Amino acid sequence: MGSITLTNIQKAYGAVHVLHDINLSIEEGEFVVFVGPSGCGKSTLLRVIAGLEKVTGGDLFIKGERVNDVSAADRGLAMVFQSYALYPHMTVRQNLAFGLENSGMAKAEIAERIGEAARMLEIDSYMDRRPGQLSGGQRQRVAIGRAIVRRPTAFLLDEPLSNLDAELRVSTRAEIAALHARLKSTMIYVTHDQVEAMTLANRIVVMRAGRIEQVGTPLDLYNAPANRFVAGFIGAPHMNFIEGEVLGATADGTTIRADDGSLIAVPVASTEVRVGDRVTLGIRPQHIALATGTAGIEAKVRMVEALGSETVIHAETLGQKMLAIVPGQRLLTSGDTIRLGLDAAPIHLFDAAGLRLATSGAQH
Amino acid sequence: MGNARGFLTRRKGGKGWHWTDIVTWVWLIGGLIVMFGPAVWLTFSSFKTPAALAEFPPSILPYVTQQVKVDGYEKPLALFEAKMPDGSTQVLAEVRRVGIVAQMVDPKAPGQIIRVNIADRQPVREIAFATENYTKPFTQFDFVQYLWNSVFVTVTATLITLIVNSMAAFALSKYEFKGRNAAMLVILATLMVPLSVILVPLYSIISTVGLFNNLWGVILPTVATPTGVFILRQYMLTIPDELIDAARMDKASEWQIYWRIILPLTAPALAVLAIFSVVWRWNDFLWPLIVLSRRELYTLQVGLSIYSGELNVQWHYILAMTVVTMIPVVLVFIFLQRFITTGIAGSGLK
Amino acid sequence: MAPSGSPKGSLEPKASASPMDRLAGLALAPVHLIMGLADKPLRAWQKRTGIGGMALFFLAPNMLIFGMFVLLPIVINIVYSLTGGTALFLSERSFVGLDQYRQLFNCANYLDAMTCQEDAFWTSLDNTFWFVVLQVTLMILASLITALILNRELAARSFWRAVFFFPVLLSPVVVGLIWKWILQRQGLLNFTLLPFGFEPHTWLSDRGFAFGAAVGVSIWAHMGFYTLILLAGLQAIPKDLYEAAQMDGTRPARIFWRITLPLLMPNLLVVVVLALIKAVQVFDEVFILTGGGPGTSTLFLTQYIYETGFVSQPRNAGLAAAASILMGLVLVVLTLIQLGVGRKNEAKGKR
Repeated sequence: MGSITLTNIQKAYGAVHVLHDINLSIEEGEFVVFVGPSGCGKSTLLRVIAGLEKVTGGDLFIKGERVNDVSAADRGLAMVFQSYALYPHMTVRQNLAFGLENSGMAKAEIAERIGEAARMLEIDSYMDRRPGQLSGGQRQRVAIGRAIVRRPTAFLLDEPLSNLDAELRVSTRAEIAALHARLKSTMIYVTHDQVEAMTLANRIVVMRAGRIEQVGTPLDLYNAPANRFVAGFIGAPHMNFIEGEVLGATADGTTIRADDGSLIAVPVASTEVRVGDRVTLGIRPQHIALATGTAGIEAKVRMVEALGSETVIHAETLGQKMLAIVPGQRLLTSGDTIRLGLDAAPIHLFDAAGLRLATSGAQH
Repeated sequence: MGNARGFLTRRKGGKGWHWTDIVTWVWLIGGLIVMFGPAVWLTFSSFKTPAALAEFPPSILPYVTQQVKVDGYEKPLALFEAKMPDGSTQVLAEVRRVGIVAQMVDPKAPGQIIRVNIADRQPVREIAFATENYTKPFTQFDFVQYLWNSVFVTVTATLITLIVNSMAAFALSKYEFKGRNAAMLVILATLMVPLSVILVPLYSIISTVGLFNNLWGVILPTVATPTGVFILRQYMLTIPDELIDAARMDKASEWQIYWRIILPLTAPALAVLAIFSVVWRWNDFLWPLIVLSRRELYTLQVGLSIYSGELNVQWHYILAMTVVTMIPVVLVFIFLQRFITTGIAGSGLK
Repeated sequence: MAPSGSPKGSLEPKASASPMDRLAGLALAPVHLIMGLADKPLRAWQKRTGIGGMALFFLAPNMLIFGMFVLLPIVINIVYSLTGGTALFLSERSFVGLDQYRQLFNCANYLDAMTCQEDAFWTSLDNTFWFVVLQVTLMILASLITALILNRELAARSFWRAVFFFPVLLSPVVVGLIWKWILQRQGLLNFTLLPFGFEPHTWLSDRGFAFGAAVGVSIWAHMGFYTLILLAGLQAIPKDLYEAAQMDGTRPARIFWRITLPLLMPNLLVVVVLALIKAVQVFDEVFILTGGGPGTSTLFLTQYIYETGFVSQPRNAGLAAAASILMGLVLVVLTLIQLGVGRKNEAKGKR
């Protein structure tokens, strides 16, 4: 158990900078998820923490101790790899024992720890098989088991579910959450899948191009994304964005002229908005309702996905695509004209640089 | 039988014989005879007595003339089937030959000499394996010593080759360090320098460090094979780096990573290299010939060549020892041929 | 797979351990012990020098041996070729400049070896040249035919492939002795030719036949290796190309010239250069077979170097070194061609 603190962490390969000034503090027992598109540096950051990559700047503290120059072996961390990285020539038992033997632990204790982990993960029925004889899900468990027996300061998990099929991924995700609840150890988890991030994390770290975009609880990120990137990345399906120019800004609402020339008035206001600014409106598909009469904005249906419990409508309005998810079943076909109601929706405003503007008005 | 016939005449599409089919089978059967024939012939010959070896035309199987002990004669006499003047044939023992007439006796009635024209008698022959061709070189000459030297050189050189080359291949495949490309280049360059080009200076170096007339002088220059480094490195590149990361997280030292993770996982490539190395070192000739000048240090290859170069070549011993020299290679061929051929096809070029 | 019952069991696999595994485990026990003992000091070394130090450690033995037995000799060889005398150690040798080379090249008429001061060198050079030309041409031809035949739809192909590969594994000494035995007066060849009305002949005492035998025997001994490489190249040609050609009604000869040969060309080139490199160095099996004779009819370059440097009295290390450097130059050129061909192939493969 322990806290991990990163201050001004930098990592460069020659002239290529992959991490810029990362500052992050991870509390003891926390489940932190690094999320971001591929190539954003999240895996590199994890490997830097693990000690598999040397930092080129900044300081890294584990339990308050500076560990920049401490080797991976001596940082007391355990890692679960994307490919599991089980030793193919060793049995499951030997895989679990390898790390413990290396630290010179007594045989009896090794056996005890392995037994405990095996029971916890229900892998005791194939302890004497080799990884090649196991299914993907079984290998996954062994990889986690290899980390557990080490009783590490923190667990580092590098996209551990990406090699599993969809169904197994959901159930294993739940098991990892349960495991964290049980072990109460610090876990750092890297994924590109925001659903995994939302369901598992105490706190999510959203990364892009070697920088941290936002750190917060899953709901913080969902409700108050710091910028357009986070807003688009968190939540599925993606948030709708409408770009335009501010025509009028009052305390009751904002009027915007979209790029195709049509006007749209939304009941959110921001003191930071000036007439003439370029802004982006952000509305989550789930927050759009079907309106009647003259309320809302007119849209053309392009495609309808009837999922039974809800209906996904691909519409076109204001010269761009809009996605709306409405509950229940609707009799709509492509080509229909509908009206999208935005009144009840929490609407986000982003400035020209993509930063979120503080808003007041009709909020959730 | 039907099976064998079906097997031998199996052809494309099951149509009639095309001329290319005939060429194919003539070539293959011819190849079988030309490639295996000489070694088989040598093996048969190695069981013949010197007398049978001197015979022309030679027989395929090792025959000797039957001998019999006859009362009144000290030495055993050779048995012949002689055609008697009355047209009958009788088995007689030859006492001596004078010109074209052989003096013979009936083994059952040794008192009376019978004269027979040598054209009228045929030796009574039986198949006998002259195993003394094999036992004598080992008991009376130094061949046991040669055999031991060859085994020692082969085994030691192969072990060192495996260790030294796999260590270098590990460093060259899994580490990033300054001078890695230079090291690769040096190894590549040594491919261009065969032994025959550096014979003289190599000999002087071996003499300087006191390894002349020493089996280690034969072993050491051969163990750092560029081919070995290449085969192993290519293979190690396919081992995922994540395994090494995992081992580092598991508190393994670099040395442990090498021998507990990398070596076991490189086993197939190590096996190929081991087989190659055994065949190479067992077959080495020119270098041992130069380094070893004392009889008790000769390897089998050197010993054989020295014996065969002597004035009165004792072919019966040479042939037998050639067969002995061939045995390990034939064993490798029978059991591991598949390994080698796929090894050459897979890594020899690409 | 029987599940192992007790989670508190020993660390060694039990349920799946066969007797073979156990035997292997027992045999490896001392290895494990030695490797384990080596770990302690090496961990300390790693701590002090880091990963870079370990890379050095892993590379050092190989580099040491390379340096001592390959790189150093190359340097010394050059020095040798520039010094004279019969002494072995460099310090006792006198600098003579290019005299050794001058001696090698001192000829009244370069077309006639007998007019040269070092007539043996020129004879061996001449012999080696003709050997290389004949051996490489005939061997590649034989290998190509064999590979083409083995590439047909053939039952038991791996058996036939093995047949042609067998002599490759034999030692040169064994190869030489086998054929010496067959070609002698009472040998198999004379016996085989007897029914056709040939008188027994001592083949290896005949200059022409001895040279032919040297070529033939070395083809016999090495063609399997090249067949194997060519066969691998043939099998890498996609089958659908042949099928497409067949659909177009292309004649087999045309398929060979327009599809098989061009696609095999990269392999063929590599094989030719490899065979050239080997042929230039010919020595072992021919030395055993003929000893260079009769006369100097099968005296090749390597044997000349060997005899000048080690057998002749007095030994002339400088002259041997000079000759070996000349031979080395030829090999370097050939190897560079090979590397160039290989690189071109790789570039092609990537495209």
